[in-house]
Amino acid sequence: MTAVADDGRTGTGTPLLEVADLTVHHGQLRALDSISLRVYPGEVYAIIGANGAGKSTLLRTIAGLHQPTTGSVRFDGAEVTALRPERRARQGIVMVPEGRRLFGSLSVEENLRVGATYARPGPWTIERVYETFDWMLARRSQRAAQLSGGEQQTVAIGRALVANPRVLLLDELSLGLAPVIVQRIYGMLPQILATGLTVLLVEQDVSQALRVASHIHCLLEGQTTLEGKPAGVTADQVEAAYFGLAGVARPAGGGSES
Amino acid sequence: MAWVNAIIQGVLTGGLYALFACGLSLMFGVMKVVNLAHGDLAVIGGYVAIFVITVMHVPVLWSVVIVVPVMAVVGYGLQRTVIQTALNRGVLTTLIVTLGLSLVIENGLLQFFTANSRGIGAGMTLVTGSFSLGSQIELPYLLLVISAVAVAVLLGLQWFLSRSSYGRLIRAVADDQEAAQLSGADYRHVFGIAAALALGTAALGGIAYGMYSNLDPTAGTDTILLFAFVAVVIGGLGSLWGTLLGGVVLGIAQQIGAQINISDELLAGYLVFLLVLVLRPQGLVNRRAQS
Repeated sequence: MTAVADDGRTGTGTPLLEVADLTVHHGQLRALDSISLRVYPGEVYAIIGANGAGKSTLLRTIAGLHQPTTGSVRFDGAEVTALRPERRARQGIVMVPEGRRLFGSLSVEENLRVGATYARPGPWTIERVYETFDWMLARRSQRAAQLSGGEQQTVAIGRALVANPRVLLLDELSLGLAPVIVQRIYGMLPQILATGLTVLLVEQDVSQALRVASHIHCLLEGQTTLEGKPAGVTADQVEAAYFGLAGVARPAGGGSES
Repeated sequence: MAWVNAIIQGVLTGGLYALFACGLSLMFGVMKVVNLAHGDLAVIGGYVAIFVITVMHVPVLWSVVIVVPVMAVVGYGLQRTVIQTALNRGVLTTLIVTLGLSLVIENGLLQFFTANSRGIGAGMTLVTGSFSLGSQIELPYLLLVISAVAVAVLLGLQWFLSRSSYGRLIRAVADDQEAAQLSGADYRHVFGIAAALALGTAALGGIAYGMYSNLDPTAGTDTILLFAFVAVVIGGLGSLWGTLLGGVVLGIAQQIGAQINISDELLAGYLVFLLVLVLRPQGLVNRRAQS
């Protein structure tokens, strides 16, 4: 049983997003095994783990694309576990899905407009996205399918931002992108955070996650193996938690034996 | 000159076929549903028009203003209930369910309206009149009006899909349902709107067919669905202007067939259909409905 202890995080008050005892099955397979986590306003909360650890399943369940077998998702104090994904998006839980998933036959601008259709009021507008990512304006009429992978990822982020999320879920931003592009995309994170949103991200690239995160949470085969501030964990601990190496003591707050 | 006339008649009937086809194409393009009840729903539109005209004494042309919105609402409701339920179980289930719907509608129409065929607006100048170009070429007013309506409908659909906010959502949902959900769009509602558009145009097609020919309970599958399907396949699945081209090609083939031998009219149309399937299975216009 994973108890999320108050570890003196900078985020104070009530958590913006609270996942309690979440278990998710894909058919017979138990993809997540009673996972709990709390994300406080303003945090960059990174979920790391190897392929198949259940990271994306966790993010997709929070977004509403999977229904959990047991457990709950609370957002801003309210239960959202039964809400459909589009309802959660309108309330401010907005996900950038794995593999970008742009509307390929729509132009860049149309993709952003779709993202803005059910937007909450807030700082992000299509114009602001164009200001933040300056190449986009000149290519706004181009079809999304014709963009490069990195450009598509940026448009996908823009599409999520114009909805004015309160918590932005980023699923595997680095997937299939060159390291230099990944650096550039993560480099924009502070600018995005400055507008007052909270980020929950999933990343396979641990060093990248450790660089940007204020809190990390490692999954292994659907279970929590490590949780804490990047500064508070050693490289050995992360390695052990990531690969599930036996014989390494798990820090407090870790999951049960698998 | 007789051949020129045949081609002109073919082009004009193509407009009618495009009216049959555009809704079928739209529903396939957006939700991957091949609505086998499409023709029967068009016939219902025609019968509702007959009801409105004979019982409520609404002028023939004004009946359109009532019937099209009514059928659009029926389309939305049908999509949100029967078709969506089938869709949740997989696209193939929709084939069976819409086939069942088609049978229910046909037998229901037989029950309530008998097997007698009925026309709409018989005796009106619009329906019987024509205007002559030379001695050989006759342009029936009705077909001219239907073709103009078909082009107007396609232009309207095109405008709606490419310019309006809902049209953008329809295209987004057609591209990626899940990503649309993550942007806050309820794809079931968007599907409902697409079905409303489809049935609105189908109702126009049903009324037009009732004026051009006669409606009977089996016209939905025997004629409307079949021609719509052929037009969609010739033109290219999911392409709006492809349906017009497909309708025109079918119309011309039928008229030329009829010119050779009156009994070859239908055969000629299906031969061209077969030819396109063999030589260009993706259809003449291979593009999704978009700007």
